[in-house]
Amino acid sequence: MDRASHPQLKGAALEKAPTGIAGLDEITGGGLPRGRPTLICGSAGCGKTLFGMEFLVRGATEFGEPGVFIAFEETAHELGQNVRSLGFDLEKLIAKNKIAVDYVHIERSEIAETGDFDLEGLFVRLNMAIDAVGAKRVVLDTIETLFGGFSNTLILRSELKRLFRWLKDKGVTAIITGERGDGRLTRQGIEEYVSDCVILLDHRVTEQLSTRRLRVVKYRGTTHGTNEYPFLIDENGISVLPVTSLALNHPASAERIPSGVSGLDAMLGGDGFYRGSSILISGTAGTGKTSLAAHFAHATCARGERCLYLAFEESPAQLARNMRSIGVDIEPWLKKGLLRIEASRPSLHGLEMHLARVHKQVAEFDPKVVIVDPISNLVTAGSELDTQAMLLRLIDFLKGHGITAMFVNLTSGGGSWEKTDIGVSSLIDTWILLRDIELGGERNRGLYVLKSRGMKHSNQIREFLITSKGIQLEEVYIGPEGVLTGSMRAAQEAREKAADIERRQHAERKQRELTMRRAALEAQIKALQAEFAAAEDEAKVSLAESAAREQTIESERERAAERRASTARTTAPRQTTKGKPK
Amino acid sequence: MSSKTAKSSKADKGDPEEMWDLRLYTAGQTPKSMAAIKNLKRICEQHLPGRYNIEVIDLMANPRLAKDDQIVAIPTLVRKLPDPLRRIVGDLSDEARTLVGLQLRRHQESESA
Repeated sequence: MDRASHPQLKGAALEKAPTGIAGLDEITGGGLPRGRPTLICGSAGCGKTLFGMEFLVRGATEFGEPGVFIAFEETAHELGQNVRSLGFDLEKLIAKNKIAVDYVHIERSEIAETGDFDLEGLFVRLNMAIDAVGAKRVVLDTIETLFGGFSNTLILRSELKRLFRWLKDKGVTAIITGERGDGRLTRQGIEEYVSDCVILLDHRVTEQLSTRRLRVVKYRGTTHGTNEYPFLIDENGISVLPVTSLALNHPASAERIPSGVSGLDAMLGGDGFYRGSSILISGTAGTGKTSLAAHFAHATCARGERCLYLAFEESPAQLARNMRSIGVDIEPWLKKGLLRIEASRPSLHGLEMHLARVHKQVAEFDPKVVIVDPISNLVTAGSELDTQAMLLRLIDFLKGHGITAMFVNLTSGGGSWEKTDIGVSSLIDTWILLRDIELGGERNRGLYVLKSRGMKHSNQIREFLITSKGIQLEEVYIGPEGVLTGSMRAAQEAREKAADIERRQHAERKQRELTMRRAALEAQIKALQAEFAAAEDEAKVSLAESAAREQTIESERERAAERRASTARTTAPRQTTKGKPK
Repeated sequence: MSSKTAKSSKADKGDPEEMWDLRLYTAGQTPKSMAAIKNLKRICEQHLPGRYNIEVIDLMANPRLAKDDQIVAIPTLVRKLPDPLRRIVGDLSDEARTLVGLQLRRHQESESA
């Protein structure tokens, strides 16, 4: 088109008019091109009219931009009724001169064409409406109705061209809706005239469940998200869920919150989960997933925090009863309003609606913990890919709000344990796996922490016991015979105990023997010592005796010498000196 | 449609002196508008002498009437009377179609058939 009239293209970034539609402004980087027409196309019932209406209402109420709605299909009254379900009070806005609605009625049977004409009447009406409220926004819904009213399409096309040109000159941000045609965006190909921004809405029904999707087909002069984004229409209007375009910038809390099972906390480095993390509990049927989740809910409420429990399998009453049987009484929390159980069949709505419900509940209830039990059932509400995308958005959403999320996943038997059917494992921070251990004719429950980001966690398998006092975790027996659980573990433990006692007895016996031997030895030593002492005594006596004897002999000898000396005194001195040293 | 036609043809037949109330919507003094006014006057003089009333409304002067009377195309001729209301779009240069649109021709056609 004529670029001279778009100085924005040359200079700074394109100016945008925020739509106020949740999520759309993120995809488009700020809204629709200001002062230009945007084409919204899609098949019947995909939300074009509501889209246009929300654009106007938000513009009037949030951005101070009054708007004009030219309705070709519904009267102002009908429109007002239709958008009231979205929470918009159109009558009030009309009364306050914020929005003008003009219903353009075209009935072919009333019109005969008799020559050259133009659509000046429409221009006059549009102009009057714009001037009446000082409109900055215009919605033409659905302009293609004109083609049903007039047969001279040549005139219509040139008039539409003139209309879009005129809208641009007026400087209004316009939305033109168009019905989707075969192989084309619109039946009459008006996308040729609206070349700045084209948004396609789609309403697909797969396996009896509908999903609305939005795609920015074209947005001249700006970057935009090119994906198909699911969107939903509920009592708060349209919300597009552009989570895939969001950056990963969740705040990460270092705060830990207990899981409600002390054994599990111990496995998770002693303190439990991180606040705001996402936790997955997966396991086959009957492994105690819900019980574990209920413990977590119980612990959350016991701290005085609110917990939202989305139950897709059990009614609140059934859940409360079942949990009471294992010693977890959640009834008081329900009464106190700390616990909210939202039970619904997964197939009740499409995935987007489920997501929207979570959004709404979170906004209303402001929980600190959200439990989804189980996510595997959601597959029945959409395809695997859709479910994965939905869960990604859910996880992102909850993380963004600092909410700790616990997801329960039922794994079908036969497959790999370390795999979720929905493929969300990579999005999960802490993954707890519950599994059956079949052994010795028994089926027992085992628990282990498959992963837990950012904490030192146990690599041990624990036996998971559901008792009337809640969940207990026992160390399993791991020995040469493998992992033993249940009664086999008990038997093994008993055997070990017996062996232990025996070992102790054996040691005691040894000890006693030793004592006895020592005593015997000591007695022996004493006897020997006594013997020795006796011998010593004897020896001493005999020594003394011999010494005495020697003395006696000596004295005898001296006496004999004396006797000899007296007999031969002259030769005697030599013999005397010899005997002296003694 | 057929019942309406029958009714109107009966009315035309039964009351040839019935007044025709016609309203022509224009927007400014455009060639199309001028042509339409000229053509309308000619046709009325020819087919409804003395029993027609033409009101020309310029939407530039009375834009509100465009909304009130559901006018989109210009020029638009509205037959207010006799019933039922008929709308004819264009500069009325195609006289045959104008007559059909005003149900002046249909009456004659049904007689000849």
